[in-house]
Amino acid sequence: MVNRVLWVIMLVVGLTAPFYAYPVFVMDLLCFALFACAFNLLLGYVGLLSFGHAAFFGGAAYIAGYVIKAWGFPPLLGIAAGALFAMVLGAVFGFLAIRRQGIYFAMITLALAQIIYFMILQLPFTGGENGLQGIPRGKLLGFIDLNQPLAMYYFVFAVFLFGFCVIYRTINSPFGEVLQAIRENESRALSLGYDVDKFKLQAFVISATLAGLAGATKAVVFQFAALTTAHWQTSGEVILMTLVGGLGTVFGPVIGAITVGSLSHELSAFGSWVQVILGAIFVVCVLVFRRGIIGELHRFFGGR
Amino acid sequence: MSMQVILAQALLGLNVGVFYAMLSLGLAVIFGLLNIINFAHGAMYMLGAFVALIGYSLLDDWFGISLQIGFWASLIVAPLFVGILGMIIERTMLKRLYELDHIYGLLLTFGITLILQGLFSNYFNISGTPYPGQPESLSGVVNLSFMYFPTYRLFAIVFSIVVCFATWFVIEHTRLGSRLRAGVENPTLTQAFGLNVPLMITLTFGFGCALAGLAGVLAAPIYSVSPLMGADLIIVVFAVVVIGGMGSIMGAILTGLALGLVEGITKVVYPPAASTVIFFLMVLVLLFRPAGLFGKER
Repeated sequence: MVNRVLWVIMLVVGLTAPFYAYPVFVMDLLCFALFACAFNLLLGYVGLLSFGHAAFFGGAAYIAGYVIKAWGFPPLLGIAAGALFAMVLGAVFGFLAIRRQGIYFAMITLALAQIIYFMILQLPFTGGENGLQGIPRGKLLGFIDLNQPLAMYYFVFAVFLFGFCVIYRTINSPFGEVLQAIRENESRALSLGYDVDKFKLQAFVISATLAGLAGATKAVVFQFAALTTAHWQTSGEVILMTLVGGLGTVFGPVIGAITVGSLSHELSAFGSWVQVILGAIFVVCVLVFRRGIIGELHRFFGGR
Repeated sequence: MSMQVILAQALLGLNVGVFYAMLSLGLAVIFGLLNIINFAHGAMYMLGAFVALIGYSLLDDWFGISLQIGFWASLIVAPLFVGILGMIIERTMLKRLYELDHIYGLLLTFGITLILQGLFSNYFNISGTPYPGQPESLSGVVNLSFMYFPTYRLFAIVFSIVVCFATWFVIEHTRLGSRLRAGVENPTLTQAFGLNVPLMITLTFGFGCALAGLAGVLAAPIYSVSPLMGADLIIVVFAVVVIGGMGSIMGAILTGLALGLVEGITKVVYPPAASTVIFFLMVLVLLFRPAGLFGKER
């Protein structure tokens, strides 16, 4: 019931947002929302805390930006290239990280992501600390000019919806049921004959790919791939978004991304205090608000 | 490339290694009893350095207290301050999370890291403030026959190694340590024998944080004191911990020292890889010995 209402709200708000909100800001939120949903697929549905998702988000942004700018790829192909890169990277990270569990998993993904961060900082084509600038938006399918704000907006919304539906479908499939079984009781799932590691790896790759899709899209929107998108703080931010919105809920990460994104935007004048406030929200969420906004709604109205 | 250059870099690397060792030791001690990874460990290290800096040069400006805490006093005051803060955090917040999945402990301490980092970023330059309080007696250089090495750095290496091994000795070879190990092995039974396990947990967490604070004070005269100094370090220390495995105290110390050496030598052999070599070693360890060099398979 709650989910049905939220579907309608999301579609209506998503379709009408550019008429009453600043489109670039909404597009930024949409990219982060997709990023958070992808992250939530892992933490919320498999119970794996990845602290390195910025590598997929940021890495894909750079790859997409580079192939569009230097090789003249059209936007759609460029974004696909970014997502493909994230997919391969996700397979490698996942393969390494699922060898350890729990807290180690988080530390390993964080350390692996740091390799990508340093590579971006040092490789010649990335522009180092300045980021990769001047990525052209280009023409979608050869005839839709993405320099028009509305065209760009609806393209981003379409990408978001695509990613969101993939995740929704994944969660509500037999595959998703197994993932949740692993989250609830890994040894039990194993003893029932499920190849737990294979399921974990597949979920990791899907999550990484979609995080990459979000990052690549963001690079096209801003015509810029920033070093900060690959920094561990971005990994932290996406965790916060998911936590605030509601871990393991379909719409939680979207709401979380909007909440945290708007908050950071509103508070941007306060400089470093933003970090203090985000940190405080983190602490409060972990201590007393672990269900998150949507989680509390579900509890209030029933169902999930 | 001459042997001398490599030796010199190795010694500088060892200097970094002692910080890795002290931090991973603290993480391992905390992990043993509390089963959480303290993300704020890097922030505690940063805090230690800032306590030294503020104590030395800003007490008068900020608080109107005409008192100067010198370097030697900081070696006591800063760890004490950081340790007490750690204990307050454990008592008021972490304590509520023990029943839950361990990742919540990591997330909570991550939030605390953001708060501390943000607070100090408001008042201090991110690029760092030099610590002016290095004692006169430790300035200058020592002739080590193959090179001249800064006296202070040599002091930092020796001092940290002594602290690490003293910690190891206390945990492995004293009555206090045996109680602690009993608490790690089986908290419920230890409690039943009349030991106050919750108090042990609080003190252990405080001690781990104090170690990080002490490392921060030792680092202050070498690196400039900056709000972000702990953030980048802690991620490397995580990799150190994954490589070593958190099963043993000695393992944490040795892995930290060894990886500092490796990093130092990489700086001469192939400089661009210096910042990532530890992460790549972590990948190798995960491939061939997933439980870590000193870890036990669970």
